[in-house]
Amino acid sequence: MVASTVNLDAPPAPRNPALHYAIVGVIALVLLYSSFTLYAMGQALFGVIILALAFGFAVIFGSQRFYAHRFIYPGIAAISVFILFPILYTVYLGFTNYSSFNLLSFERSVEVILRAKTIDQSTEQNFSVAPDGDAYRIWLPDSGLLSDPIALDGAATATLSTSDEPANLLERRDAIKLRNGLKELELITPEGESLRNAGLRTFAGVTPEFERIAEDQLLRTSDGVIFTADHSTGFFTDPDGNTMPPGWRVNIGFDNYERIFTSEGIRAPMLRIFVWTIIFAVSSVVITFALGLLLAVILQWPHMRGKAIYRILLILPYAVPSFISILVFKGIFNQNFGEINLILEALFGIRPEWFTNGTLARVMILIVNVWLGYPYMMLLAMGFLQSVPEDHKKAAALEGASALRVFFTITLPQIIPPFLPLLLASFAFNFNNLVLILLLTRGGPDIPGTVIQAGETDILGSFVFRISFMDSGQQFGLAGAITFMIFVIVGAMAYSNFLAMRRAAARRSGQ
Amino acid sequence: MIVENPRELRVKKIAAHAFMLAFIAIIMFPFLVVISISFREGNFTVGSLWPENPTLEHWYLALGFDYTRADGTVIEPPYPVLLWMWNSVKIGLFAGFGVILLSTISAYAFSRVRFRGRAAVLDSLFIIQMFPTTLALVAIFAIFDALGDVSPILGLDSHWSLILVYMSGITMHVWTIKGYFDSIDPSLDKAAQIDGATPWQTFRSVFLPLAVPIISVVFVLVFIGAINDYPTAAILLRSQENLTLAVGSRLYLNEFRYLWGDFAAAAILSGLPITVVFLIAQRYLVSGLSDGAVKG
Repeated sequence: MVASTVNLDAPPAPRNPALHYAIVGVIALVLLYSSFTLYAMGQALFGVIILALAFGFAVIFGSQRFYAHRFIYPGIAAISVFILFPILYTVYLGFTNYSSFNLLSFERSVEVILRAKTIDQSTEQNFSVAPDGDAYRIWLPDSGLLSDPIALDGAATATLSTSDEPANLLERRDAIKLRNGLKELELITPEGESLRNAGLRTFAGVTPEFERIAEDQLLRTSDGVIFTADHSTGFFTDPDGNTMPPGWRVNIGFDNYERIFTSEGIRAPMLRIFVWTIIFAVSSVVITFALGLLLAVILQWPHMRGKAIYRILLILPYAVPSFISILVFKGIFNQNFGEINLILEALFGIRPEWFTNGTLARVMILIVNVWLGYPYMMLLAMGFLQSVPEDHKKAAALEGASALRVFFTITLPQIIPPFLPLLLASFAFNFNNLVLILLLTRGGPDIPGTVIQAGETDILGSFVFRISFMDSGQQFGLAGAITFMIFVIVGAMAYSNFLAMRRAAARRSGQ
Repeated sequence: MIVENPRELRVKKIAAHAFMLAFIAIIMFPFLVVISISFREGNFTVGSLWPENPTLEHWYLALGFDYTRADGTVIEPPYPVLLWMWNSVKIGLFAGFGVILLSTISAYAFSRVRFRGRAAVLDSLFIIQMFPTTLALVAIFAIFDALGDVSPILGLDSHWSLILVYMSGITMHVWTIKGYFDSIDPSLDKAAQIDGATPWQTFRSVFLPLAVPIISVVFVLVFIGAINDYPTAAILLRSQENLTLAVGSRLYLNEFRYLWGDFAAAAILSGLPITVVFLIAQRYLVSGLSDGAVKG
């Protein structure tokens, strides 16, 4: 750590104070305005965050006392907004029933329910639009009724009266252009019945399916059943307990966690996925490290020729964008017309089921990940190998130690400590290696007999991704709860890495 | 090394080269297959590694041109590969610039500016950087879904939302750049101070120019990271003309519309430039990575 720090005992005064404060003021006002807009649009949480940003900005940039904090503000603000907030928000979602069934806020879902209409088939009839100066008349040929002229530019009511067919009627496609006005139009027949636009071509008696009779009560007009809002489940329910979609988002406490721990159909596959995640991450790190180190040792051998060419060819898998390589593997591992099975069939007469057999799919995932990951380890190993003093090896060899013994007793112990943080980082990376799983197998093949779809090759991260975005339910709440558990694991890994790093730093400064 | 038996040495040399060549042959196999497939006829056909009736059909389609077959049928490109590539490059460049802007300032602050709670912030930063953004995808989706109601620019299916998410990767890079700043001789900023430079001027005129190598490393890393990302782009982007390469390419290998040949040409076309950039930058990348990771 460098001892020197910037001298801030006398922070520089702004060269043009008026301009400085004007700019700070304008930016703070813009932030304040966005905050209130967000609040007004019902996004109170985001409004508060922007408000906090605005406040911090105004204080730090408006006062000379906080000059030092001006440098730290952008980074801290970005980290809080982009990383900390999403993490906390995910944890919060884990305590809600947020899903495709409970997507909206209470008011919005009431709106959606109230929008549902029943059309009275007996009164449904075709219509045409007749231009009348700047306004229009609606012509109902079946009953021979014509409306008063209306502008069709907003909600309006017009009465119908018996009439002859108007001479001039709009073409169908011109009438369709008026549909926004038509939707808000109410026609009153001479008998006093109300007709509304029921489709592109028809008007009919239309009644809303539900009526809001109280804040939390909806009356179904067809049979008089009253639905009551249940704010603990986020659904309207009738007296028999039947729920009516769409529901809204409510806090459900630990229900998601309870589901995870008590439902055998969730707990069993999750445990299996957890074990596979660990196996996958550990074996990926160990195999890529061993292979990378072996290749690095061979390349560093003084008698080896053509190192430069070997090196370039060996790191190619690392250089090609990984999403392309993974998709290429998806193609060549294809069971029916993939190149790998063609070769295996020609040589041994077998066609392994890489995508439908769980074990083979896992083997395939590991093969691909080793292919993708060994060059990174090789490059790092080449760097660390160079720092092992040659004298130590020579001395050991003079004592009669074999090359293998020299490697395991002299070289390896010296490169493991600097390698350790990078191996831990690689473990953490693979623990959440979503790209590989999602592009290659999407978690499949599925484990049979589970409540939620879970696959043999799913890792925890891809499992959460499937729950939230791929399978029909979009169970964001449940996904949030599982993510929280992953956070705890990742947090433990991060902390141990932190300790390892500390120790490495202490050792360096101690030397 | 120690004097060795010449015959034994020769055997060892041959064994080493044989191992290397065999290994490289296996490693190169997917590349050769893809090149071969991109010139093969049709999207299913299997054949020898050297195509029997080479055709440029897949290449025409990848480049966005219609292809007229010998029998007169006109094939239209299935997907706008070049547009996707442009989307990816655009998002990668913006994310790179954004990350550089934020992370250099923060790294300077952590390396040189004294403020209360500096050690605690640094420690928590180190822990936070281990949390990948992909873990908070549910929240990110919910946040941008809600923001989209306010302004479509920050909603779903907007490139700006995606760029913002990619900028959240700064923590790791703050760390890398800070390690570099720490190694800059403190007498340099002393000298700048004596000449009357404010901390901001010292940052602008002394630190930034010196840090160009590490800044380029971080830029390339962010750029490649953004181009390679699948999960975030997959949930935020919707319409076909907005997709990035990583999300779009997957459409080629749909079970119901399997375009293996078209994919091969598109993959080479889009992968080659990125690969070349990476090969040029890799020497600096690896040293930058290991330095940043080791320096505390």
